[in-house]
Amino acid sequence: MHDQPLSFRETLGWGAAGLFGFIGLWAFLSMSGVVPAQFLPAPHHVLARFIELLSAPFAGATLPQHLGSSFMRYAYGFVLAALVGVPLGLMMGWFRLLDDIVTPIFDGLRFIAPIAWVPFAALWFGTGIGGPVMIIFAGAFPPCLINAYRGARFVEPRLIEAAKMLGTPSTRVIMEVLLPAAVPSIIAGLRVSAGLGWQSLVGAELIVAAAGVGFMMVQAQGNVATSTVMVGMLAIGLVGMVIDVLLRQGEGWLRRRRGLEA
Amino acid sequence: MIGRRQKIGLATILGVLLLWYVVTTATGLIGGGRFPSPADFWASFLQVNTRGYAGSVLVNHAIHSLNLVIMGFTVAICTGVPLGLWMGWNRKVEAAINPVFLIIRPIPPLAWIPLAILWLGLGGAAKIMVIWFSAFVPAVINAFAGVRNIDRPVLEAAHMLDTPRWRLVREVIVPASLPMIFTGLRLSLQASWTTLVAAELVGALMGIGFVLNMAQQDIYPGMILVGMVTVGLLGWSTTYLLGTVERRALAWNVAARD
Repeated sequence: MHDQPLSFRETLGWGAAGLFGFIGLWAFLSMSGVVPAQFLPAPHHVLARFIELLSAPFAGATLPQHLGSSFMRYAYGFVLAALVGVPLGLMMGWFRLLDDIVTPIFDGLRFIAPIAWVPFAALWFGTGIGGPVMIIFAGAFPPCLINAYRGARFVEPRLIEAAKMLGTPSTRVIMEVLLPAAVPSIIAGLRVSAGLGWQSLVGAELIVAAAGVGFMMVQAQGNVATSTVMVGMLAIGLVGMVIDVLLRQGEGWLRRRRGLEA
Repeated sequence: MIGRRQKIGLATILGVLLLWYVVTTATGLIGGGRFPSPADFWASFLQVNTRGYAGSVLVNHAIHSLNLVIMGFTVAICTGVPLGLWMGWNRKVEAAINPVFLIIRPIPPLAWIPLAILWLGLGGAAKIMVIWFSAFVPAVINAFAGVRNIDRPVLEAAHMLDTPRWRLVREVIVPASLPMIFTGLRLSLQASWTTLVAAELVGALMGIGFVLNMAQQDIYPGMILVGMVTVGLLGWSTTYLLGTVERRALAWNVAARD
């Protein structure tokens, strides 16, 4: 039957088949000349280029240096989004008036793709670090806000009522009831934010930047250096994956800690 | 009567508009080179509608972008949803495709833009390709999850009654996973717009992103705002349309189940 789970060996076998099929097709298309190698370099050429770029500069810097400057911008934008979005979302969940005021503005802006802020970002903050940071902020901010809001808004009302009945002051209710109850939702939001922020960074660097992986890829595109473009994609994917794994670890750590405390 | 929430919402919007007028026109706190005044915005809006900007009038740019999104989105649904359903149905397919997905998924769709331009140039084909990539992943994942979440007894009952394969797919699997599929489509649609705007900003000859790009190079804040508002309106109206389709499709779904 269809829903019998596969054994480990079967999973491994089919997985390897899929992977080999994918890489094999890629290698075949490129090496047989069906697609000119200039546009689709073979897998091992991309890998070799990756290793080469670790030390050889392209577009003014080596791959690790490009990644470094990308990551700096990313960290600024993401931290800023979390520092503004999470508290604002929590407060919106707590103060109804603030919710009523911010929600219409937020709903109005929600449908504008974050990347559409690029022209204003460049105009207001330049193309060095400020502009890209603003784009990352625009991408990462909404999930921070929404999840913190949901976390705070949908806390079991009985918990808050109980705390209030016992005469707990508002600040303590916020710090010790609302915030801990909202944490899982906040963390989930941060993970979504991290992904969207990373994606926005790539977009921003493709359009306006003079350093970073995105910039490297645009330069490579201009020079028809397809293997370098693919190296950029790989590097972006790898860093994105590392960020996600780290946040997952953080989430697990927090869960365990809270579990121990409870 | 409108509720308290709507009243405050309305007051907020009016407040924001008033604030906009005050900081730009009335006091000049924010200069016209940074953010347009309402009058600048209106003048740019008139210009792009009558004389045109970046090669054409606003309607043509909007239709061009809308067309690309619809095409890319449609291709993504037509490939992604069946693949997701298949992966959900057949564990072997899932096992074979998962590792490839693991490699491709962490690459943000926007990172495909330079490669798409290298392969297909600055025209529409490259945009459709990146939109396809961005909308494909949510479509697959949610269709997959939709099938996996079908109640086992439903499938077993269908099996016991010896339902033919195609009827099973058409009358059990697709309807039962439809709510999840639509969740995926909403994400796909959002991703499509983001990707299109980014791709048009990187390089295009037409479209809303191209208007934004030209306006940025001309340092023309009024036109930037017109472009952004258009992007927002297009995103909102397509989302609304999808919501309408969803309500109809799911109404039928519930009726069919009863």
